[in-house]
Amino acid sequence: MSAGGPTPPTKPQVRALNCPHCGAALTLRSFNNAVTIVCESCHSILDAKDPNLQVLQQFKASADEKPLIPLGSRGKIRGTEYEAIGFQRRTIHVDGEPYSWHEYVLFNPYKGFRYLTEYNGHWNDVSTLKALPEQVPNSSPPKVRYLGETYRHFQTAKAGTSFVLGEFPWQVRVGEADVVTDYVSPPRVLSSEKTGSEVNWSMGEYMSGKDIWRAFRLPGDPPEPIGVYENQPSPLTSDTMSIWVAFAAFALALVVMMIGFDLTADKREIFNGYYKFDSNKRGDASFVTDEFTLSGHTSNVEVNTSTDLNNRWVYLNYALINVDTGQAFDFGREVSYYHGYDSDGSWSEGSANDSVAVPKVPAGRYYLRVEPEGDPGYGVTYYTVNVKRDVPQYSLYALALGALLLPAILLTWRTLSFEHMRWSESDHPPIKWGNDE
Amino acid sequence: MSQPSSTCPNCGAPIVFRWSSSVQTVCDYCKSILVRSDLDLKKVGQVADLPPDSSPIQIGTEGVFNHKPFTAIGRIVYEYDQGTWNEWHLVMNDGSSGWLSDAQDQYGVSFAAPGRHLPEAGNFEVGEPFVWDNVTYSVSTITNAHYRGVEGELPFQYWDKTDVVFVDLLSESGKFATIDYSDEKPALYLGEMVEFENLSLKNLRQFEGWS
Repeated sequence: MSAGGPTPPTKPQVRALNCPHCGAALTLRSFNNAVTIVCESCHSILDAKDPNLQVLQQFKASADEKPLIPLGSRGKIRGTEYEAIGFQRRTIHVDGEPYSWHEYVLFNPYKGFRYLTEYNGHWNDVSTLKALPEQVPNSSPPKVRYLGETYRHFQTAKAGTSFVLGEFPWQVRVGEADVVTDYVSPPRVLSSEKTGSEVNWSMGEYMSGKDIWRAFRLPGDPPEPIGVYENQPSPLTSDTMSIWVAFAAFALALVVMMIGFDLTADKREIFNGYYKFDSNKRGDASFVTDEFTLSGHTSNVEVNTSTDLNNRWVYLNYALINVDTGQAFDFGREVSYYHGYDSDGSWSEGSANDSVAVPKVPAGRYYLRVEPEGDPGYGVTYYTVNVKRDVPQYSLYALALGALLLPAILLTWRTLSFEHMRWSESDHPPIKWGNDE
Repeated sequence: MSQPSSTCPNCGAPIVFRWSSSVQTVCDYCKSILVRSDLDLKKVGQVADLPPDSSPIQIGTEGVFNHKPFTAIGRIVYEYDQGTWNEWHLVMNDGSSGWLSDAQDQYGVSFAAPGRHLPEAGNFEVGEPFVWDNVTYSVSTITNAHYRGVEGELPFQYWDKTDVVFVDLLSESGKFATIDYSDEKPALYLGEMVEFENLSLKNLRQFEGWS
């Protein structure tokens, strides 16, 4: 047996190195996974695979970027601890305007690499895909499917690396650009990145700055997000859904109530009288009807008037009077019916019949006092007065339904305007609403 | 006698086979590459120092794939432009052998799929589709790799290599395929990309500062 024995397994350690260009201290945090490492002090991009850390590129930083998550800090993302080890700024140009976002490389020695992106305070947790998304044929705008979910094309742009810091598991260079295509299905985004002939797919899931701050225990507050981000979940979508569900539930309850009340309502005819009113006759035309009894619980009383009016009007002053207490319900009804022909054809206005509900009438013995009025000279009008007890009033249900519908419509409108803001930033802006100038 | 044991013809150290079908192994002590022929062990080469790597897998790591427990008993190390990657040789509890590839902590488990029609090495295009066992795969990467070394037990002789070409293909269902052009006859491996946590790995390597 040899004296040395088998080679014991080595325990990888974080390596401390020095930049061959400026001598500044460097830390290699991803063990042997790093391909390039960037010196923080002199911005030299170094070959992490080379024992001498050969300088591959040097870049001038127009503005020194400071990562919001300091490199070396650790945080828990979806239950796994990761260390922030790399940082880059990437820039796209849309209509000549530069737009920049930041990418953080996260590392765990068992789970490997994961990424965070940040744009205007919007964050995404990004990991590489294990399967290829499926192109949906003949879709416009283009769509892809992944794990049963459909993603809609948002934007294709050439993204250049404009600033780098820390270490990367790939060959990173400032100035190099890849074509990045995003497909969204909030809160997720699928991104394809084309490098040479290779296409790499990744999936991002929207995270709030607050979640990032909590995960990495960062001091202070995260920057407030500006605008609506491509895969930002609409804060209203779930509310909108639930308000419609609530609306449907209430509407159903109303219908059930309506049917219930309609079935149980008395709708009993209590009184019916047939009268004649002669407007040519002078003097007081008022009279009282026979007594009738309203029984049961306090409920409404419907008074229906049917006349034989023809191009005339009549006004009826009603009083429903309790025989025992003297309590009176006063109401006046104008009944008028006109019709004829003109250049537009036949027309009519009003109705010869009228119906009114007197609410909350207690049980008891009642009579009606009726005082008809009309233009003198019109002559005789025949009419019937019909009294019904406990008649369901459908207009109330319609009112309630309308009151419920209003907030649902408002919320839906706000959701639509959120989606409008999202898609205005895409390659497929919605048709403009009104004038944006 | 599931673990035939022998001694290293070079240094005399004990050689224990964890798998009865292993064809090749490396002496833990003197790093001689040993090939089994009948009852004899013959030294065919010597492993130079393996490059430092930071795979969390090591010889003896145990795990589960598709409800089948496995043990990593050997590996082949390759070098490519992103560093090195490992093809860990797995022995499944049913006696078959499989491979766990680990490149920058991205994991895939695959099995040799002989007897399928394979294209000639050379003119591949990224995105080109191939169908095996009713699954459509499309070429995702063509890797020009360099053989760096071996460790432990392998199901075949594998030691005298230099430059090798691998063609990796992905499907829409998370299945992947690799065509290995390191031998005269190309070899196909079919498998699945896997999440680290789904492999239920035990006896992993430790990392300074991580638990």
